[in-house]
Amino acid sequence: MATAGTVTSSEYIRHHLTNLTFGPKADGSWGIAHSAEEIAEMGFWAMHLDSMFWSIATGALFIWFFSRMAKKATSGVPSTAQGFVEMIVGFIDDNVQSSFNGKNDIVAPLALTIFCWVFMMNFMDLIPVDLIPWILDKMGIHYQKVVPSTDPNVTFGMSIGVFLLMIYYSIKVKGPGGFASELTMHPFESNNIVLKILFLPINLFLEGVGLIAKPVSHSLRLFGNMYAGEMIFILISLMFGSSIILSISGGALQFVWAVFHILVITLQAFIFMVLTVVYMDMAHSHH
Amino acid sequence: MNINVTLLWQMVFFVIFVWFSKKFVWGFIIDAINERKTTIADGLAAAEKGQRAEEEGLKTAEQHIADAKSQASEIISKAEKHGTELVEESRTKARTEGERIVAAAQEEIQTELNKARESLRAQVGELAVDGARQILRREVDASAHADLLNQLAAKL
Repeated sequence: MATAGTVTSSEYIRHHLTNLTFGPKADGSWGIAHSAEEIAEMGFWAMHLDSMFWSIATGALFIWFFSRMAKKATSGVPSTAQGFVEMIVGFIDDNVQSSFNGKNDIVAPLALTIFCWVFMMNFMDLIPVDLIPWILDKMGIHYQKVVPSTDPNVTFGMSIGVFLLMIYYSIKVKGPGGFASELTMHPFESNNIVLKILFLPINLFLEGVGLIAKPVSHSLRLFGNMYAGEMIFILISLMFGSSIILSISGGALQFVWAVFHILVITLQAFIFMVLTVVYMDMAHSHH
Repeated sequence: MNINVTLLWQMVFFVIFVWFSKKFVWGFIIDAINERKTTIADGLAAAEKGQRAEEEGLKTAEQHIADAKSQASEIISKAEKHGTELVEESRTKARTEGERIVAAAQEEIQTELNKARESLRAQVGELAVDGARQILRREVDASAHADLLNQLAAKL
C-alpha cells in the first residue's frame, strides 16, 4: 500500500472497489469519472473500462493462444504447448460428453471458452492487489479493478449469454409449444382441463422463478466468490505499511490465501463451465 | 455493484469469443486428438498382433526343436543299434573266418601228416628191409617181399 499514510482504511478499500468508469457526465460531455458520486450520476450508459480491458485482454489471449495451437495442431507427436492445450480440450470434452446428452456442436467450444476465460479472469486475482493499480496510478489512471470476474457486469454478461442460448435451444429443440408446456404443466399436473388451467399460473410462477434463478445464481456464485476473495486480499494488504510484525504476518497471510485461491479460481471456473453444460443439457432434453 | 452498459458489451464479447472458439479452435484440436487416438489404438493393436505372432513363432520354434531332438535321438539309437549289429556281424564273420582258417590249417596239417606218413611209410619199408637185411645178413629180394613190406608199412 503505497499511500498508507494519506488515506484511511475505508477509503483505501472503497478506492479498490471502484471501477474505472467512462460515461456521460452531468454537464453532457463524456469522460472518465473521478469520484463515486460522478459514477452514480452516469447511470446505465457508463462503461467499466477496466473490466472491459482486462476481460477482453484475457479472452483475446485465450483465443490467440488456442487458435495458434489449433492451426499448428498435428496428430503426430505434439509439442509441449499443444499437449497442454489438448489436455484442457480433452478435459472439457470428457466433461461435456458425460453431462451433455444432446447433439449440439456449440456446447463443447462454449464450455472451453467459458472455462479458460473465467479461469484467466479469476487468475488476475493472484496478481498482488496493489501492483497494477499502483503502476497505473503513476501513469495518471486513478481507479483500477483488475479482476473482471469481481464485476457483476462481467459475470452476468456470461450467464445471460448462456441463458439466452438455453432459451434459444429450448425453443429450437422442443418447439415453442414444448417449451411453453415445460413452463406451465409442471410441477402440478392434472388430466382435468379445469384443473390444468387452474394450475397454469402457479406452474408458470414456480417454473419462471426456477428459470430466472439459473442465470442469477450462475453469475452471482462466481461474482460472490471472486469478490470475497478479492476483498480478503485487500484486507490483508491493509496490514502492509503499518508495523514490521504486521507487515510480515500480512505477507505470510497473503501467501497462504493466494495458495488457497489457486484452488478457488480453478474450482469457480470449473463450476461455471459445468453449470453451463448442465443448463444446455436441460435445454436439449425432453422431460 | 453498478449494472450498466458494460453488461451488454460483455455479452457481445462473450458471443464473439465463443464463436471464435467454435470456428477456429475446437474442431482442429479435437480432430488432432481423435486422429492421434486412432493412430495409437492402431499401433497398440499392431503391437499386440506382433506379440501374438512372436509367441506363435516361439511356440513353432519350440515344436521344431522338440521334433529335431526326438529325431536326433531316434537317429542316434538307430545308429547305435546298427553299430551293435555291425560289431555282431563282424564278430560272427571273424569267427566264421577263423573257423575256416583253422579248418583249412587242420586240413593242411592232415595233408602234411599224410604226406609225412606216406614218406615215412616208404622209408620204413626200406628201413625194415635194410634192418632185416642186416639181421638176416643175407641178400633178401626186395621185390619178392614187397607185399609183406607194404602190409607192414600200412600198419604204421
